[in-house]
Amino acid sequence: MSNKANLADRPWMDPDVQPFIKLRGVSKHFGPFIAVDNVDLEIYKGELFSLLGGSGCGKTTLLRLLAGFETPSTGTIYIDGVDMTNVPPYERPVNMMFQSYALFPHMTVENNVAYGLKRDGIEKNEIKRRVGEMLAMVELTQFSKRKPHQLSGGQKQRVALARSLVKQPKVLLLDEPLGALDKRLRENTQFELMNIQEQLGVTFVVVTHDQEEAMTLSTRIAMMHNGRFMQIGTPTEIYEFPDSRLVANFIGSANMFEGRVTENGPDHIIVQCKEPECEFYIDHGFAIQEGTKVWTAIRPEKIKVSKTAPESVESNQLKGVIDDIGYLGKLSTYRVRVGDDTIIEITSPNLSRPRDGSLAHDWEDKIYLSWDPSSVVVLTK
Amino acid sequence: MIDADEIGSPVSADKNSSLKKRLLHALQHNWKSIVVFVPFFWLLLFFLAPFFIVLKISMAEPAIASPPFQPMFEWVDDGIVQIKLVFGNFAYLWEDDLYLNTYINSVKISGISTVICLLIGYPMAYAIVRASDTYKHILLMLIILPFWTSFLLRVYAWMGLLADQGTINSLLIYLGIIDDPIRLLYTPFAVYIGIVYTYLPFMILPLYANMEKLDASLREVAADLGAKPSTTFLTVTLPLTIPGIIAGSLLVFIPATGEFVIPDLLGGGNVLMIGRLLYNEFTANHDWPIASAVAIILLIVLVLPMMLYQRTQGKQVET
Repeated sequence: MSNKANLADRPWMDPDVQPFIKLRGVSKHFGPFIAVDNVDLEIYKGELFSLLGGSGCGKTTLLRLLAGFETPSTGTIYIDGVDMTNVPPYERPVNMMFQSYALFPHMTVENNVAYGLKRDGIEKNEIKRRVGEMLAMVELTQFSKRKPHQLSGGQKQRVALARSLVKQPKVLLLDEPLGALDKRLRENTQFELMNIQEQLGVTFVVVTHDQEEAMTLSTRIAMMHNGRFMQIGTPTEIYEFPDSRLVANFIGSANMFEGRVTENGPDHIIVQCKEPECEFYIDHGFAIQEGTKVWTAIRPEKIKVSKTAPESVESNQLKGVIDDIGYLGKLSTYRVRVGDDTIIEITSPNLSRPRDGSLAHDWEDKIYLSWDPSSVVVLTK
Repeated sequence: MIDADEIGSPVSADKNSSLKKRLLHALQHNWKSIVVFVPFFWLLLFFLAPFFIVLKISMAEPAIASPPFQPMFEWVDDGIVQIKLVFGNFAYLWEDDLYLNTYINSVKISGISTVICLLIGYPMAYAIVRASDTYKHILLMLIILPFWTSFLLRVYAWMGLLADQGTINSLLIYLGIIDDPIRLLYTPFAVYIGIVYTYLPFMILPLYANMEKLDASLREVAADLGAKPSTTFLTVTLPLTIPGIIAGSLLVFIPATGEFVIPDLLGGGNVLMIGRLLYNEFTANHDWPIASAVAIILLIVLVLPMMLYQRTQGKQVET
């Protein structure tokens, strides 16, 4: 982590780099409702930062605070070192792409994209050149004379993107950029967005409720709930090391068990759970008192399924009966009943092609579950 | 139909319900044509037929009779019908300056009133759209409220306000601003006040409907792309409310041009408008053909903006 090359991709770990966007104690109240609750945030230049959360978590309000459509009730917003808290949207070096795209219905594609440049009083030929470049980038050159209502959803999305990028903003804010697209178009556009972001080096702040989208796109994700950040980290950090049950559950799925810390060594801890009755051996230290109530979480794909008992020790394994199987082609999900009424979800890749069409495991099969000591996450929140 | 008969109970006591069923059946299967036919029939009966009657009268010769014009069709001896069309009435309108001036004056007065209505109504509609939901309903209610009292009564109220001994003059004299009453009533000014006051809601409501549909995020996009509020208004809000402006303007302009009560009561003899002229021709002069010709010309003057209106409406549907 200490070498510079590594830090170039992770500016948030480099103490020498100044954040590009800085929020200090920002709150936004709508009457009695608190949309954003006293948050601090740093976003660095060139990041593709995602604000992730369910509806009403405050992510869109936070984005609108950055764009300048809302002024914070308290706190300060710095963009590129300048206090932007009370600067109106038309004087901010940021542009936003709206969820509804909000294309001007009375203007052609070309004029929609040119709108921002015209406001800056840029010379006509220069506008024409830049609009042409932008439309070429989003592959809409032949549609330049069309009106928005003559475009498909994907084309509208690209016009909106071109319009918000043509002014070369320092920060591009995207509100559910792919929300209105169908699945296939979405996946393609995701990678297009990432390419454009890399190509232009613009800082992207993306609001989304789609965890997969956030995982694919982002350098870092801020998971929001009730106007606050639950956790901020890289997709890997958020997925592999969630620090609360809420995050573990929102990003992917997780099997979670309540238990008590029974042993706390320097290089391991042991959590004993009642339901199902199981001992979790975790192979890293954790600053926690013995006897504390915690939750353990294991991702469905990190549990191994076998028909015979794994040799090793008595910890990190369970016996169960397959309750349900979901065959998804590349992988299968199993719902395994352990004990009386605990259901554990497991996903397992279908590595070999079954000769007679039968699956590796069948309903009501008695099976053993096991996992690595490193796979268990301890959640205190 | 046959189905309904077969299903219908054969017992004669149920004849009523069988008829009901058949009617229902017919309704269910022909409702589209019925729905189209009703307004069509309505227009035919109450618009087109009267129009042709007026057109017919406009081309007749006046006579001292009842009705006071000569018939268009006359039976000549051998079962031959003689049709007499007189275009002299229209020629007369052209020759006499009075009519031309009255038309011009009417269009001028209603045109200026329309512009004033637009200048007052546009900001009002805009303010109502931007108001919070609770206020929005109250404000809209206030716009519609005057319709709950008689139009005539409200015009009379204006007479009371504008008269030489009326409220406004008395107040100004009491305050010492003027010594002698200013002539307000029976002036063009009074007519403008009356028309603008009466027709303002017809300007505000279509504008409101238009603005309400506007996506608020369009204004935000414009601001985001660097447009100051004034620029946003000129480049986004105004162009997108043109359909509302046209609809409101026509709703004011068309009825205001033919307005009779307001110029008659507030303008007196000093403000000549086509509605008053029409009334005079019909009643005082008892010259129905000329009056009809005046009405036909008025219709033509107004059909033009109507067609314009239809076209913009059609365009609006397209987009």
